[in-house]
Amino acid sequence: MKLSIERGALLKAVSQAQSVVERRNTIPILANVLIEAEGDQAQFRATDLDIEVVDKAPAKVERAGATTVSAVTLHEIVRKLPDGALVTLSDDMTSGRLTVEAGRSHFSLATLPKEDFPVMASSEYSSNYTIPAPVLRRLFDKSKFAISTEETRYYLNGVYLHVADADGAQVLRCVATDGHRLARIDAGLPTGAEGMPGVIVPRKTVGELRKLLDDDEMEIAVSVSETKIRFATPDIILTSKVIDGTFPDYTRVIPTGNTRKLEVDANEFAKAVDRVATVSSERSRAVKLSLEEDRLVLSVNAPDSGAAEEELVVAYGDERLEIGFNAKYLLEIASQVDRENAVFLFNSAGDPTLMREGTDTSAVYVVMPMRV
Amino acid sequence: MTALCRDCLTLFDTGSRCPACRSPRIVAHSELCELSIAHMDCDAFYASVEKRDRPELADKPVIIGGGRRGVVSTACYVARIRGVRSAMPMFQALKLCPDAVVLKPRMALYAEVSKQIRAMMEDLTPAIEPLSLDEAFIDLNGTARLHGAPPAVMLARLVKRMKSELGVTGSIGLSHNKFLAKIASDLDKPNGFAVIGAAETPNFLHDKPVRLIWGVGQATQSSLDAAGIHTFADLLRWDRRDLHDRFGSMGERLWHLARGQDQRRVSARNPVKSISNETTFHTDTADPDLLDGHLWRMAEKVADRAKAKDLAGRVVTLKLKRADHRLITRRTHLPIATQLADKIYHTARTLHETLADKGPFRLLGVGISELVPGAQADLTSDFLDPGAEQRKRAERATDAIRARFGAEAIVKGRSLR
Repeated sequence: MKLSIERGALLKAVSQAQSVVERRNTIPILANVLIEAEGDQAQFRATDLDIEVVDKAPAKVERAGATTVSAVTLHEIVRKLPDGALVTLSDDMTSGRLTVEAGRSHFSLATLPKEDFPVMASSEYSSNYTIPAPVLRRLFDKSKFAISTEETRYYLNGVYLHVADADGAQVLRCVATDGHRLARIDAGLPTGAEGMPGVIVPRKTVGELRKLLDDDEMEIAVSVSETKIRFATPDIILTSKVIDGTFPDYTRVIPTGNTRKLEVDANEFAKAVDRVATVSSERSRAVKLSLEEDRLVLSVNAPDSGAAEEELVVAYGDERLEIGFNAKYLLEIASQVDRENAVFLFNSAGDPTLMREGTDTSAVYVVMPMRV
Repeated sequence: MTALCRDCLTLFDTGSRCPACRSPRIVAHSELCELSIAHMDCDAFYASVEKRDRPELADKPVIIGGGRRGVVSTACYVARIRGVRSAMPMFQALKLCPDAVVLKPRMALYAEVSKQIRAMMEDLTPAIEPLSLDEAFIDLNGTARLHGAPPAVMLARLVKRMKSELGVTGSIGLSHNKFLAKIASDLDKPNGFAVIGAAETPNFLHDKPVRLIWGVGQATQSSLDAAGIHTFADLLRWDRRDLHDRFGSMGERLWHLARGQDQRRVSARNPVKSISNETTFHTDTADPDLLDGHLWRMAEKVADRAKAKDLAGRVVTLKLKRADHRLITRRTHLPIATQLADKIYHTARTLHETLADKGPFRLLGVGISELVPGAQADLTSDFLDPGAEQRKRAERATDAIRARFGAEAIVKGRSLR
């Protein structure tokens, strides 16, 4: 194999590959990226056995072929090469080394046989559709903060992507929760997505997917089966196993009868929460919300370190209410609001609270209060 | 070189006998009056206490330990001469020493004596860090003027007092840090007094095996072996960064220890880092019902202690030991710290269920760690587990009933399995 490739294109391809590779793994070949050169392109493939990413880049191929080298080492080398450099990769069949050359730099890297590289078995996808990158970005960006890190509840360690019914219309929906907060984000159902099986997309896949979604003009091809999901752009194919478990029935968690309505500027609210929480050094800092007519007082009382209070002018017309929340949870949901005011709907100090953006019900958040 | 008579506590210049009382029990060292960090380790503590109370056992081999799966917990020096060691299985100990007197431990008694020793140490300094009933670090830095005598004299006086008032002997290790003091106390056992000065530290450590380091167990030992590190001299050859890369934070510590450096303070109030409970079964078991019963009892004990100490944990750990003694541990983080037996039990049970290994096991343990104050426990309820709130109230009610009518007043059915 021998190919020449522009440094920028190589860096982009290799950085996606090396981020999929697990830092600590016991199978040497999984630390490697499979490089395949054919026609006028080079293909870079990496996997952790759960996720596989294939990245294509235009290259001048002098001799077709394939080999595998350490993804992290190759990435580090390419990263340190000067911008605009032309990089030549060539393998020497006899020494089993891959030579990397750029300008006056010369590297010789150990390889492992390409035959040992595990290629993810292809799957029969029952559902195929395309969706604009910004839509997919919104679905995952606004829900991923609520993904659980509790390893014992593995079925919560991802975002539940499924087709749901919202006010009589079918929508594409993402839900994530850890039992203390929940995010439910809807988007219009793309053609071809009807009948898509509901799948739990693992946290790591959500992170890798994000790197495909920066281009606003991009259309992402999504393919889903019961066990796998695939996201593809013309250059990159990301295939991932989905979490084998049943996502809990979240619908009963979302309160429908909450009537006490608070409307507040989300940005100001978040800043105030952040400020008052400063006095507490505890990891689960509790912020108390004291509501009365058109007035909200945020307070934190940390017996060991101090107390803080801040008043906000808000729209609130119901009877007095005192309710506590984990400051981090409040900040996270408030920062999801980007266009309009945040609307909170409370019931009592012990019941789940709902938050949405203005009157928009395509993104709702539920957060459990905290004893204060 | 300064010398100290351990019998009459006279300080004098070099000599092989005390000029005042002619005793040969002297300790001499050029830094004797400058060192202030000590480790006191009682000699065969449990056995010594038993022998003190039963003088007829004085010259007999005495082993403390027992139970069907018994191991030796302490062997007196007579038994040790015959090869009996702590942690040795009882049958093996009795093979080596068939005439040994085996006694069941009387922990309450040992705890009482330990308390008396503690009080004697507290007469010297508040900077005491007990490691167990029978050993402690003592920092006497800055007490020379108060006591009118350097630390070495006060330490010799302490063990003398322990012997005369309590009838137990202890060995002292005196050095410039905890790591070396701990090593020193073992050099001259029993009834010893050993000193490791700053000047001699590099030479002293040079050929010593790294397993001398407190905290280097079998696992660390084998990874050190794999790296070709057997002695402190081997360790010295390693670059600080390489050690860190290979062994993480332990590597950093090893680098300092190789140079005889240990900055840890002698601190009386070492915060509790974890609460755990474990039990060894009479016979190995793979019975899920039986294991589940143990799981609940362990979870409840852990929760009881957490509530008593007003602490809660963010991490739940499950520990199982297989019949072949291989240890399996699994841990998980909780989003909200807990002190509830119910939450600890359910979390540990899930960890157990996801385990591929179905036993049989000989030991089961449950623990919590990453502790936070009890005020931060179970603040938010879990909306995906609606029953949890009810079970939490039931547990609080159970606690209240027990506080009033005793621990046996109300128990869960599953704890009877």
